[in-house]
Amino acid sequence: MSQENMSNDNVESATEDPTDDDMILETDVAAGLEEGSETVRTARERSIVEANGINVWYNDEQALQDITMSVPENQVTAMIGPSGCGKSTFLRCINRMNDMIDAARVEGELYLGEKNVYDPDVDPVALRRRVGMVFQKPNPFPKSIYDNVAYGLKIQDIGGNHDEIVEESLKRAALWDEVKDQLDESGLDLSGGQQQRLCIARAIAPDPEVILMDEPASALDPVATSKIEDLIDELAEDYTVIIVTHNMQQAARISDKTAVFLTGGELVEFDDTKTIFENPEHERVEDYITGKFG
Amino acid sequence: MSTDDLTDDLTRNTANAPPELLTRSFFFLCAVLSIFVTIGIIGLLVTEAAKFFSITAPLMGVEGPTASVVDFLTGTEWIINNEQFGVLALVTSTLMVTFGSALIALPLGVGTAIYLSEYADPQLRAVLKPALEILAGIPTVVYGFFALIYITPALRVVFPSIGTFNLLSASIVVGIMIIPMVASISEDAMSAVPDDLRQAGYGMGATKFEVSTGIVVPAALSGILSSFILALSRAIGETMAVTVAAGAQAKFHNPFNPAAYLDGGSPMTATMVNLLTGDVTGGGLAYRSLFAIGLTLFVITFAMNVISELIAQRYREEY
Repeated sequence: MSQENMSNDNVESATEDPTDDDMILETDVAAGLEEGSETVRTARERSIVEANGINVWYNDEQALQDITMSVPENQVTAMIGPSGCGKSTFLRCINRMNDMIDAARVEGELYLGEKNVYDPDVDPVALRRRVGMVFQKPNPFPKSIYDNVAYGLKIQDIGGNHDEIVEESLKRAALWDEVKDQLDESGLDLSGGQQQRLCIARAIAPDPEVILMDEPASALDPVATSKIEDLIDELAEDYTVIIVTHNMQQAARISDKTAVFLTGGELVEFDDTKTIFENPEHERVEDYITGKFG
Repeated sequence: MSTDDLTDDLTRNTANAPPELLTRSFFFLCAVLSIFVTIGIIGLLVTEAAKFFSITAPLMGVEGPTASVVDFLTGTEWIINNEQFGVLALVTSTLMVTFGSALIALPLGVGTAIYLSEYADPQLRAVLKPALEILAGIPTVVYGFFALIYITPALRVVFPSIGTFNLLSASIVVGIMIIPMVASISEDAMSAVPDDLRQAGYGMGATKFEVSTGIVVPAALSGILSSFILALSRAIGETMAVTVAAGAQAKFHNPFNPAAYLDGGSPMTATMVNLLTGDVTGGGLAYRSLFAIGLTLFVITFAMNVISELIAQRYREEY
């Protein structure tokens, strides 16, 4: 898996939250304690999410086949593919949202930092506090704009000045200027595009390690879509963004890396976005990209 | 198809075709009839009650004894033989039973609704919800006997001084009776909360409890509050159970004195039943007091319905 285009030199900084000790990302400690983990650690140093042989079944139907990939930190990784290829399923493996589907069964390992999130001692609730998620349809809570953004801070008991964090999150979500005078109004009164940016602000407020986005612009008009795309670009400076999209142009515009899933839940190719779109290794990927299939 | 046929087809007036006209008139008649009957009952209630009060009776051309409106609304003694008609003696009993039953039914009902909507797996819900609705189908007089024969003796173990007829057992039994209403309507409201919101909550790392109480319940608040008001209206208007359980001895209680619950009372509805089943004959003052109580009851429940409507509008969320 290619790591050479990593731009960030200091991967250990920034995202660690010293107040949160109940979770899993004690990277340096874990690596230091384990003898012989040095090589693994080097390989993983710049990857934040690493899937190792993930298989998913819905009842008897296999939705993902043996997915192995590592997602680099502080970049935008896009997952594209035709409907039913398993890209959303994979996204939901990362924060274990698939746990809530009774019919779903997940096998394999998926590391967030140094911890396999499918280890029996990982609490999916705690996991989701470190992995933000933005959904296809904007889904703000029927609460005020302020309370929407502060929601994660409240349930996670995150200290600090909530007013500042809310303002900062809304600024990062490029929504502050539009809503700063109406923070007490319902989040549902906003337009669809604003609602989606509110959901992004809500997701980033607790400062997660990774932000998962499941076709976040597919319910929006082109102007709103373009705003979201700009935003994703900026978010990648501080966050790792993994985005599922059915829109290939979108993937090409916003992502650093692209994973192509094809029918049957197979990860066919995962490489730099430029390579995927200009010079893919597999003919099936080229056919898909050029619209011959899918 | 020729163009003539096409023009004929396009200009067919289906809206005024005989079957359409017929069905439209039929449904219109249904609507008119139900509204007319309702208005008729209210009119009757008002005119008969008007004959009861001294201030309006002359307008109705009624001779003979009447009662003062002020005495009716502020009096605390209801003794028909003395011609003392103080409706507060009845209203306080009604409100005490309503309050007591609300104390039982609202938390239990909402708790049940949360369990059914958020926690129960689908198979269990498929059994439990109809079972709950069966509870709503039990004749209310049965609830009354249940209170008299089982609840009151059980209460006597704790409160030896409790009367055979008492407001506490009436409150408990009416509370049990309206649980299904609260639970069922609240559950409908919670189930109608889009799954997107739950997903958003879980995606933020909320626990099931945080999603249920912090997201689903607030989002369903208008429905839940409506269920409260409807259930309270039901408790206010409930008749047979309280007639059997609370007794017929009209008595003014200080509604803020918990010990008063151990004593009997005669809520408005029970008083009316007892008036009707006693030897009250048409035309007398006692007979007309029926309508005065009825009108009071109607005003109270009507106000509750209006409040319910206002609350539903105030808290309605469009997802």
